[in-house]
Amino acid sequence: MNNKVSIIITGAIVGALAILLVKLGNPQNMGICIACFLRDITGALGLQQVNTVQYIRPEILGLVIGAFATSVISKDFRVWGGSSTFTRFILGFFVMFGMLVFLGCPLRMILRMSAGDLNALVGLLGLVAGVSLGTVFLRKGFTLGQAVIQNKSNGYMFPAVILILLILLLAAPAFIYFSQQGPGSMHAPLAISLGAGIIIGVLAQRTRLCLIGGIRDLILFKELYMLYGFIAIFVVALVGNILMGNFHLGLAGQPIAHNDGLWNFLGMALGGFGCVLLGGCPLRQLIAASEGNTDSAVTITGLLLGAAFAHNFGLAAGTKGVPVPGQVAVVIGLIVVGAIAFFNVYFNIKTQKSSRREVPFNDGNKGCEGSSLS
Amino acid sequence: MTEIKDARGLACPEPVLMVKNEIDKLGGRGTIKVLVNTVAAKENISRLAKNQQWSITIIEEGEDWLITLSK
Repeated sequence: MNNKVSIIITGAIVGALAILLVKLGNPQNMGICIACFLRDITGALGLQQVNTVQYIRPEILGLVIGAFATSVISKDFRVWGGSSTFTRFILGFFVMFGMLVFLGCPLRMILRMSAGDLNALVGLLGLVAGVSLGTVFLRKGFTLGQAVIQNKSNGYMFPAVILILLILLLAAPAFIYFSQQGPGSMHAPLAISLGAGIIIGVLAQRTRLCLIGGIRDLILFKELYMLYGFIAIFVVALVGNILMGNFHLGLAGQPIAHNDGLWNFLGMALGGFGCVLLGGCPLRQLIAASEGNTDSAVTITGLLLGAAFAHNFGLAAGTKGVPVPGQVAVVIGLIVVGAIAFFNVYFNIKTQKSSRREVPFNDGNKGCEGSSLS
Repeated sequence: MTEIKDARGLACPEPVLMVKNEIDKLGGRGTIKVLVNTVAAKENISRLAKNQQWSITIIEEGEDWLITLSK
């Protein structure tokens, strides 16, 4: 089976599972949303106290279990990390602000579009703008540096944390919060959510499904591979929504969404800009973390802290719109991500120039050739 | 001898961008050798080679892959 067929089938299955999960209890247009579901997990752990968004989402746990198992079986499991770890954490933190102002990750954006939510189309424009901005820095040499192979024990920690979350979900001790109202209280049966997550985790691991990567590769290489997956998600979810009577074209009154165009655009622009520097969307980070990439695991912790922070300080959007502190947070986020990109490129160029000047004095010293081996 | 570019440990899309820049630098003809250690980088570079109609050979070297592109 060639790559194109696999990613289209993957997209179709993800789209169908998202519709099924909504049918069985997940919030509207939220069959799967990595940003929202990570946020719900922070709520369940008491890291934020908004009582409508607290649940240990089994889909997230399933994604990790599926991707981890597949990567071990297929020998893709490789433990590595150590490239600009704290920068990734900061990028993850601000990316989450953007996504919680838009109200969704790129995956939910596609699902919202498939239900006729035109605000998500505005979000897509923002995402494309953010990714485009990021590719300018990539072309100029932005790099988070080379990761190194790490001790294998490092790679098992992220799946182990997820296993503990699964135990907490099943045991439901008193110190774990589960929403009794609002989106957090709406969920498909645990086993089905977990199973859907595992299936998506397996497929996303094999195909490396990533919407940020899709837009980025189109801009940089005129490459459509990743986008086929998202077109498949959109088409299947669109058909599903029409059949279920959930398709309502328009801007106003969309489920778990607001129609403030400027902030939908800027929120996703921040998400796209940050994610393209990170090398992938939250889904891809989750899968990479499950495959042993400890940098991606740190990115996930950045996303989690961002979610907890956003809800503790009233930065996240609601159905009524984006609070002023949330707007300020997005602007700060854009400035911070822009500064990270700019100074990374600036210092790279500066280092290259100074190492070029040193060459005559280091004749024969291969260690100064940077990334070239011989 | 063709210089081997080391793209090991680099995140997406840096390895493939490194090869793309090299293709552009060579003006469409020549040989490029690149060392990668992730499946994503290997697949991305393979797709780029196919799209740009460069022939490609991949040799497994322990944990790494040595990819040679030529046209």
